[in-house]
Amino acid sequence: MHIQLGGIDYLILIVYFSFVIGIGWMLKRYMKGSTDFFLSGRSIPAWVTGLAFLSANLGAQEVIGMAASGAKYGIMTSHFYWVGAIPAMVFLAIFMMPFYYGSKARSVPEYLKMRFDEKTRGLNAISFAVMTVFSSGISMHALAKLLETLIGWPYWGCIFVSAFIVLVYIFLGGLTSAIYNEVLQFFMIVLGFAPLVFLALKNVGWWSGLKDKLALVATSQVVPGTVDQHYAAGTWSESWAHMGSYNQNPMGADWFTMVFGLGFVLSFGYWCTDFLVVQRAMAANSMSAARRTPLIAAVPKMLFPALVILPGMAAIALHQSSGGHFLPVGKDGTPDYNLTIPFMLKQYFPTGMIGIGFTALMASFMSGMAGNVTAFNTVWTYDIYQSYIAPGRSDGHYLWMGRMATVFGILVSIGAAYLASKFNNIMDMLQLVFGFVNAPLFATFLLGMFWRRTTGHGAFFGLLGGTLGAAIFHGLAHTNGAEVGIKGAWIAQQFQFNSEMAQNFTMAIVAWTSCFLLTIVVSLATARNKTDQELTGLVYSLTPKPKSENEPWYQQPVTLGIIILALTIVLNIIFW
Amino acid sequence: MNFDLRLPIGMLFSFYGILLVGYGLITKDSTQLYERSLGMNINLGWGLVLLIFGAFMLGMGLRGRSSPPQNKNESSAESKMAP
Repeated sequence: MHIQLGGIDYLILIVYFSFVIGIGWMLKRYMKGSTDFFLSGRSIPAWVTGLAFLSANLGAQEVIGMAASGAKYGIMTSHFYWVGAIPAMVFLAIFMMPFYYGSKARSVPEYLKMRFDEKTRGLNAISFAVMTVFSSGISMHALAKLLETLIGWPYWGCIFVSAFIVLVYIFLGGLTSAIYNEVLQFFMIVLGFAPLVFLALKNVGWWSGLKDKLALVATSQVVPGTVDQHYAAGTWSESWAHMGSYNQNPMGADWFTMVFGLGFVLSFGYWCTDFLVVQRAMAANSMSAARRTPLIAAVPKMLFPALVILPGMAAIALHQSSGGHFLPVGKDGTPDYNLTIPFMLKQYFPTGMIGIGFTALMASFMSGMAGNVTAFNTVWTYDIYQSYIAPGRSDGHYLWMGRMATVFGILVSIGAAYLASKFNNIMDMLQLVFGFVNAPLFATFLLGMFWRRTTGHGAFFGLLGGTLGAAIFHGLAHTNGAEVGIKGAWIAQQFQFNSEMAQNFTMAIVAWTSCFLLTIVVSLATARNKTDQELTGLVYSLTPKPKSENEPWYQQPVTLGIIILALTIVLNIIFW
Repeated sequence: MNFDLRLPIGMLFSFYGILLVGYGLITKDSTQLYERSLGMNINLGWGLVLLIFGAFMLGMGLRGRSSPPQNKNESSAESKMAP
């Protein structure tokens, strides 16, 4: 299924990457100290940080994974947005950003040091650093594999070229370069994929045609390997109606597992504590801009299901109605869901437009990589290198180290790319990684920010316990049909699940709950290590409320947050 | 920082717009090329959209440049930018 690119398509691609590197080059002269390199000198306006906040998350798992899930699970995938993102983004803006931005912490681990102690910071910094290079490796691997399949470019050639481009622009312009390019990538993806959605919907007969065809997907078994069970007719086109029990929907999750596991634990763990996204808000030019960053991001985020899930739904509908001849299939007749978007680009876009669509796809991978690399170099330099290896050096030395960390981080992620090939759905794999590392973390932040009695020992052992809880649960949980080992059940097949996704949601719940309880127990058993005075600006009850900066109503975080939540509820009701 | 992001965004998309519109006009009689986009000349149509977007961003960026920032928080840009 090779895509044929014409001269004009290559021109579009080359111009894009010239711009990307050009922006890095233009920013080089502004990189005077480590704060410029790692925090953009806290000088970026809110609309830029907001779009970058969104775009940093718009990596491989978003575009490829969400379209794959849209085909596999239908409109229920929208829960990753309307339940699993928007509420957490609003919470971050209103409740947590005042601590992050106001405390002048330079990273999330550094906040943990200020609030708790050195060991909690160390634990978080190291696990986070590992996670970012791993994620960056996944992006790179997915991109290279895709280009190999689609255009026939050599795998390792793609790895090195994409690594080189990301390396150059971050090396030159640091976080600012990554943020500016993320905004560019945001527009590229929106403008590159919108016509694809239009053509796919037109082909499938708009919403009513889509709904009719999806009903056939859910109820029948005409296409081998697509759906191995009969579901109610609306399962692919109604987001909540079939969540009463885990065996009513292909996601294998009931509403409680979904809301608590995805909507609360995974979502808040990711959006509120992951430095990758929080770093974008920290680069904003004022407290008000920092708080508006996630809210500005929430508006397009709310509408993204139309851009990334809808094409997947249309693809499976067309696959069904064509008797299994739309999507590329594997040997056993199962569609290769991860190829949904690239395949549709090839299907619908002529020479010219395919250059735009294809460049947008590459941009989405690069933004995922770049986001991880900038988060990695900051945490490495401030929280590991400056704290444990070489404290007390000049600022210029840490700027140099940041550039070296960029090189080093990219080299390690090239190695990590190899591991990524073991799972067939990138989304499930990322959820698993987030489950281990991020799920317990939100319990620590929640207790740390809202309960002054939480101690350093409590936080540290709570985090360890949560991660351990996740690992043990993973060892006992088994998904029907999955192989034993990296996907779970390496201790025993104690808990059975219908899908990996449901297994991951439940694992997140276990991790969060064990961290939450353990932190409380250990905190009560140990003495406080910070006085009320030291905790001013770090704990909710000890911090003066952020002053209104006399913004007009449409810039006030609380007002914006309420509007966004109300719109999200409306969307949920429309597609119930 | 004296670097307006709207300018490079505007330049890039104006260029893409002109490129696609031009290509769309050259190939407008090729039914074979546009068979896959369901008979629509998507290059011409979407090229126009890109051109309008690019020109709009360029215009905003140039306007911001000719009048030096009088309000530091760039609120005027922001309210129009939120998509």
